[in-house]
Amino acid sequence: MTPEGSLLVAEGLHKAYGPTPALDGADFSIHPGEVVAVMGPSGSGKSTLLHCLAGIIAPDSGTVRYGPHTLTGLSDARRSALRRTDFGFVFQFGQLVPELTALENVALPLRLNGTKRKEAERQAREWLERLEVDTVAQQRPGELSGGQGQRIAVARALATRPRVVFADEPTGALDSLNGERVLTLLTDAARDTHAAVVLVTHEARVAAYSDREIVVRDGKVKDMMAGLI
Amino acid sequence: MSPLPSRAGDGGGRGGGRDRDAAARRDPLAAPRTGPAVWGRDLAMGIRFAAGGGREGWIRTALTAAGVALGVAVLLLGASVPSLMDAWHGREKARENLGQVHQPRAADTTLRYASVDTTFRGTPIRGRLVRPDGAHPPVPPGVRHLPGAGRMLVSPALKELLDSPEGALLRDRLPYRIAGTIGDAGLLGPRELTYVAQSATLAAPDGYRIDHFGKNWDPTPMQTPAVLLVIMTCVALLTPVMVFIGTSVRFGYERRERRLAALRLVGADVGTTRRVASGEALFGSLLGLLGGAALFVGGRLSAPLITLWGINVFPSDVTPGPLAATLVGLLVPTAAVLVTLFAQRGITVEPLGVVRNRPPVRRRLWWRVALPALGALLLVPLTWGEKWTDTPLNTARFAAGSLLLLIGVTALLPWLVDAVVSRLHGGPVPWQLAVRRLQLNSGSATRAVSGITVAVAGAIAIHMLMTGMQAGYAAAYAESGKIPRIGLWGNARSWSGTEQALGALHATPGVTAARGTVDALIGPLPAAGRPQDDLRPWTLAVGSCAELRTLARLPSCRDGDVFRTTNAPGTDVPVAPGRTVDLNTAIGPDDQVTPQPWTVPGTTRPVQLRDPGREPGRFSYDLLATPSSLDLGRLNSPTAELQVDFDRATPDAVEHIRNTAARIDPMMNEYSAVDNPHDGPYTSVRNGLFIGAVITLLLIGAGLIISTVEQLHERRRLLSTLDAYGTRRATLGWSVLWQTALPVVLGLALALACGLSLGSLLLAMIDSAVTVDWPVVTAMTGIGGAVILFVTALSLPPLWRMMRPEGLRTE
Amino acid sequence: MSIGHTLLGLLESGPRHGYDLKRAFDEHFGHDRPLHYGQVYSTMSRLLKNGLVEVDAVEAGAGPERKRYAITDAGVTDVAQWLARAEKPEPYLQSTLYTKVVLALMTRRDAAELLDTQRTEHLRLMRGLTERKRTGDLADQLICDHALFHLEADLRWLELTAARLDKLAEAVRA
Repeated sequence: MTPEGSLLVAEGLHKAYGPTPALDGADFSIHPGEVVAVMGPSGSGKSTLLHCLAGIIAPDSGTVRYGPHTLTGLSDARRSALRRTDFGFVFQFGQLVPELTALENVALPLRLNGTKRKEAERQAREWLERLEVDTVAQQRPGELSGGQGQRIAVARALATRPRVVFADEPTGALDSLNGERVLTLLTDAARDTHAAVVLVTHEARVAAYSDREIVVRDGKVKDMMAGLI
Repeated sequence: MSPLPSRAGDGGGRGGGRDRDAAARRDPLAAPRTGPAVWGRDLAMGIRFAAGGGREGWIRTALTAAGVALGVAVLLLGASVPSLMDAWHGREKARENLGQVHQPRAADTTLRYASVDTTFRGTPIRGRLVRPDGAHPPVPPGVRHLPGAGRMLVSPALKELLDSPEGALLRDRLPYRIAGTIGDAGLLGPRELTYVAQSATLAAPDGYRIDHFGKNWDPTPMQTPAVLLVIMTCVALLTPVMVFIGTSVRFGYERRERRLAALRLVGADVGTTRRVASGEALFGSLLGLLGGAALFVGGRLSAPLITLWGINVFPSDVTPGPLAATLVGLLVPTAAVLVTLFAQRGITVEPLGVVRNRPPVRRRLWWRVALPALGALLLVPLTWGEKWTDTPLNTARFAAGSLLLLIGVTALLPWLVDAVVSRLHGGPVPWQLAVRRLQLNSGSATRAVSGITVAVAGAIAIHMLMTGMQAGYAAAYAESGKIPRIGLWGNARSWSGTEQALGALHATPGVTAARGTVDALIGPLPAAGRPQDDLRPWTLAVGSCAELRTLARLPSCRDGDVFRTTNAPGTDVPVAPGRTVDLNTAIGPDDQVTPQPWTVPGTTRPVQLRDPGREPGRFSYDLLATPSSLDLGRLNSPTAELQVDFDRATPDAVEHIRNTAARIDPMMNEYSAVDNPHDGPYTSVRNGLFIGAVITLLLIGAGLIISTVEQLHERRRLLSTLDAYGTRRATLGWSVLWQTALPVVLGLALALACGLSLGSLLLAMIDSAVTVDWPVVTAMTGIGGAVILFVTALSLPPLWRMMRPEGLRTE
Repeated sequence: MSIGHTLLGLLESGPRHGYDLKRAFDEHFGHDRPLHYGQVYSTMSRLLKNGLVEVDAVEAGAGPERKRYAITDAGVTDVAQWLARAEKPEPYLQSTLYTKVVLALMTRRDAAELLDTQRTEHLRLMRGLTERKRTGDLADQLICDHALFHLEADLRWLELTAARLDKLAEAVRA
């Protein structure tokens, strides 16, 4: 199943930690600009799927193709380079560098890509405005509320204008109102930049921000749209 | 349920279980119990945590223990110095008699005694000649009976040397049969080379009569540089150890704080958590106390192998005073506990975590500058005017000054790091990460680094002092020893005896020239009503025309001629021809002498000394006389002054000359610049210091690694996130490097500044030229750099492990 | 809740008499509202008419209660379709969803499949509500949120049920 125009396609992913398989023949595909929710009970392999798709870990077998690249065939260094330039990440918590200011945190991935500091911080400031947190640009993560911190994280994930944003329970540590706002901002920004979003969540209200959802169960992926389209 | 009698406040430590029951059941609002039982319980709980903390806990405890052990060993060693010096000087005094003001008359219980010290291939050998006057002479310690005539008692080390092939030449110099060895009580140290021989011919004026041993002048004070060196070494060794103890008890504080928070959650109060934390520190320092004692005992056993400044001691001499030892045993663990409590002053452990009460305070500058400034203030005046002398006040001032200066550096470092780091911005990502990290919390890194700073500053100061001293000595010896020449002097009995001696020396292998005169002082005839010391005595040289020609330009010379010199420095009243002088002039104030009047002949001609001067090896004479112009026997203590030139190429030429001299007259003294006695000790001190510095730096490096890895552990999630973002490992590796390097480099810079200033002050104190010992500065900087790399290299594997995606999993 | 489909589903495990069907229904799904005999027979006659069940045997003696019903192939297909079809998300769906899960287990069908199908249907509605929320005013948002939270509650219950399917299967098949 390699739908035409797919940005990121995974086929037959297998990954085991010790004797327990986390992924057992999982398939996945996503189009540019599409928001896909990855659902499933805890321990079903959602995060492992995300890590494999993003090239953070290498599957035991199966392939992940991103555009012309076959991620699973690339060296660790090449995959890292690809993550720097093409992917963005939002996690549940603990992802901001505590020593850096909000602005510097957002500028960080740009700078890792080689953008000059001034330019990186100018762009970072735009993203902070867009995510309505430009007032806390000079504060450090320890001084921010959870919602502000998560918006900084989203700004950081989007700052490099990635083609795919991987979000793993991005609102897991937030209250409903903050969570909804962060999701709105994230999906709006992603749609504007035509970025695909892989949104791992166990909450239906979060998944409702997606265009479609897949369910991971026992290491297998079920694409709910496949049967319906 | 029956009401239980309240046992609150009874404080009595019964069986643990019951006690807890009572505590659990008592009125929760009753006044909290205090007392030794509670203290004991909390400390014990802390000790249990420290002992049962798993692998990491043990590493932490081991490091604390290592730091404390080092400190304890150094302190015990320091505490042994007074008793060591006492024992050493005590033995020296007990075996010596440097002369009695009123010489006893010859009796059954007296002996004639003379020093016949010599040097063999650079090693000094203490020799004493005795000649008993009767059957019951005094006996020095370590000797049961004095040796018979022509026999000697030797120290075991000397016996070993004489029995070895290397000692063959020395064997020739000591023409006595070995009759036995001297016991330890008669030796300063196990490696001392000494002997006591009986001479059948020892007679006046050689030696003097004594009726007992155990008389010595006050111990000769150690040379100023050596004292400075000892004080500096103690300070430089102790300060980093204290800093390290301070650092090591804070290892693993994150984990400890979490554990304490858990205790609070189950109802422990703030005081309890403090006591439990103290107990943890106490455990490490108690282990360290044991380790330190073991280290000290081990080090003590190696005492016989070490000779410093001619001091070599028995292990039993290295015994700390009981009071000092008790203080060390009590104070070090107490200090560890106090540091722990001090470290906790800014935090309160709450049930749900640790609250840092005080926002990171702005580090105040004034008192940090005040410490080293006060130190400098104490030290700088010592460099003015007079050369430093070893008085108690000076010693205390010096020790306090250098201690303040070194501690001042540790106090100044956090401020410096803060000040520098807060001005840094920009730069590449790893740099930015490191700088920001230090801006937010530089405390733990700086604390560890301040140990390096003190160690390096102290080491540099000591090295500068040592190199300065050594350079001074080396220059002096090189200057004096430029001409291969040995001077000898002894009591002269006749000119012919002196001529024979010159002949014998000339015939010695390697000797190129030997010349000499008989020298004596002459003075004006004592006159009533005029103080004797009104006039400086004149110096007289008696010798053949050939010998006199080497001293002055003589127009002509025949035996019987007398010359007066016109260019001798410092002569205010020249000896005019025709004047009557006293040949037997009193030299000391107590000399009871009969005047021996002699008229300076009217034929005395003025001559020019070839080489007027006062430097060692040169003599200025007022009067030059040929042998038959006066009777040597009328002079007061005429001295044969001989100068022997030798060929450096001849092996052991110096030893052959010494052998010849000993054969001519065992009492013959030598002055020469052939052996620089300052070479050996400083080399060993330097090596020791280097080893010490390296050990200190390694310990500090270990501390840095622990705090770095701890910090990485705390943020494994963040590291995994950064990895997800495609951050290169190198980027984070570099940031760890910078994060270590920044404080270390600043610390080293401060250490260099402080060490160089302290070294310069020290050199100024001993009036030596200030020279910077660049190789040492480079070496210390190199070691500091190595520590940075070492810490970074060992932090990388954990860093990379923490960067794995496992860290992203939610627990 | 469709009584017809439920009774059909009960017949899948084997032919039953009318009163057996009522007892089985009451036992698993009746809870506070047992089925009337009349409901059983009228439903059965409608199912007979549609060819979904057939009369397997008639006991001696007359009377409607003597008939034993069996499910036809068409009936099995009808049950399968019903189980596979997502319910229109609406408040208080639980009883229907519960019935479906239990029947799926009793008929050894894949209950997880059923849950996934239902979730997709819920999410489809939730997406619509979310979209309305994004563009609507505050009143819209509040109304949509109310619906969204109820729908989410359904789904949470579904997830929980799915997680306990194994235990439920044991209980149902016991």
